[in-house]
Amino acid sequence: MLRSTLLLAFGLAAFGATAARADEFTKADVERYQKEFELVAAKGRELWTSGAVGTNGVACAQCHPNAANTHPETYPKFQKQLGKVAQLFEMVNWCIRNPLQGANLAPDDPRMTALVSYITFERRGVKLAPGQH
Amino acid sequence: MSEFITRRSVLAGAGAGAALTTLPISMVTLAFGGTREDFTFTYISDAHIQQIKGASFVRNWDQGLKRAVAEANLVKPESDFVIFGGDLAQLGKREELDHGAEMLSKLKGKLHVVMGEHDYYLDLGDYWSKLYGPHYYSFDHKGVHFVVLNSILTSEQWTFHRWPTAEQRMLEMAGLDNPNGSPFMVGDKQRKWLANDLAKLDKKTPLVVFSHSPLQKIYKGWNFWTDDADEVQALLQPFDSVNVIYGHVHQIQYNQIGNISFNSVMATAWPWPYPQSYAQAESHLPVLTIPMNRADPFFERDATGWQLIDIGSGRVTARYQLWDNDQRTVAFDHKAGRPVDVAYQEPTQRRLPQTHY
Repeated sequence: MLRSTLLLAFGLAAFGATAARADEFTKADVERYQKEFELVAAKGRELWTSGAVGTNGVACAQCHPNAANTHPETYPKFQKQLGKVAQLFEMVNWCIRNPLQGANLAPDDPRMTALVSYITFERRGVKLAPGQH
Repeated sequence: MSEFITRRSVLAGAGAGAALTTLPISMVTLAFGGTREDFTFTYISDAHIQQIKGASFVRNWDQGLKRAVAEANLVKPESDFVIFGGDLAQLGKREELDHGAEMLSKLKGKLHVVMGEHDYYLDLGDYWSKLYGPHYYSFDHKGVHFVVLNSILTSEQWTFHRWPTAEQRMLEMAGLDNPNGSPFMVGDKQRKWLANDLAKLDKKTPLVVFSHSPLQKIYKGWNFWTDDADEVQALLQPFDSVNVIYGHVHQIQYNQIGNISFNSVMATAWPWPYPQSYAQAESHLPVLTIPMNRADPFFERDATGWQLIDIGSGRVTARYQLWDNDQRTVAFDHKAGRPVDVAYQEPTQRRLPQTHY
């Protein structure tokens, strides 16, 4: 009797603990996640306006103020100059190679993550329209 | 057929078997009263010549200006003069202004130059003045009064007391979407000068004003804006026929406010998006404007160009020469009393690329 009670108590405790962990997103956590994103997006704007990802001083913002006309909500889509359906980072790299005369960034390069975070942040609220031209 | 033919289009036509034996006559008599001659001028703007280091400059922007100059020299009939609409340099450096000026020096005929913010905010226009003279002035040509304004001035506080260095000031103003920038103005001193300059004119004299920024309030977030535009417009409204031609916006815009017709000109460097493409802000693009075609954003000269302008009726007809794209013509419609795009008035007639990106 004692044993089964103990087991039951242990079982309840374990269940309770699991439930508590799964539900552990406090307001402070969410604020931290949001802040992390904002920091990365702000780094993206810095790269966007400084020309630091190119070699000739040209900045993304010269053609795309506030990242306008980048249409992140339409990717993946067919990209004429690449001849295939491409993701947003591939288009960013096209711009880095051509107008900015720079070298490709890896898809998971923190600078690419920052650039894509900034671009997408500036289009917040716009409906997804993958594949659209 | 277009009234204006470049050698390139003549050769293309001949190659296609079209018999082009005569070019259009160069001068016709006037539609706007009296015995003045019609004339045309060429408008090149926003070259943004950008130095990388030493004698090395950003190739794309160089090529845009070189092509515009080369084609402007081939126009038949020849233009009476050429206007450069401002932003010859990217960061106002002597090297950039010199390099741009050398390219512009290849132009045939008289050149008039407008001050852009990218030419100004490093040394407040000192070196530009050595090349091109006063920051604002007026001249008359075949019965039309032309005024060139410096519309990119701003407050003393922003210009003289806010930045540790001239370079910093230039960089802050060069960013279109930079919240540290400042709205442009013509300013009290220049508006007084303008009032005096206009006082001696008959109100029937056709008036053409060149400015870099729009002299109307379109979108403050990107400085498609002149803060004292209303005061400047009030000085211009008493005239029967007023045209404001402006650069800065790197896209086709047109508008009519009272007696004043507004036409923007293209950039030779790069195109800018229309304000409404920025999802986070309200757009104030003039409702008359039909946005321009972006036929191929991946073509180096996409949505850049230059334009031929005639004032045959005292009003502007702007013929936009777009690389690898259909020409656009924005002309004054006397019945409607405003400028219209000749080809794209009906939404059903707009080609698909009008909304393509």
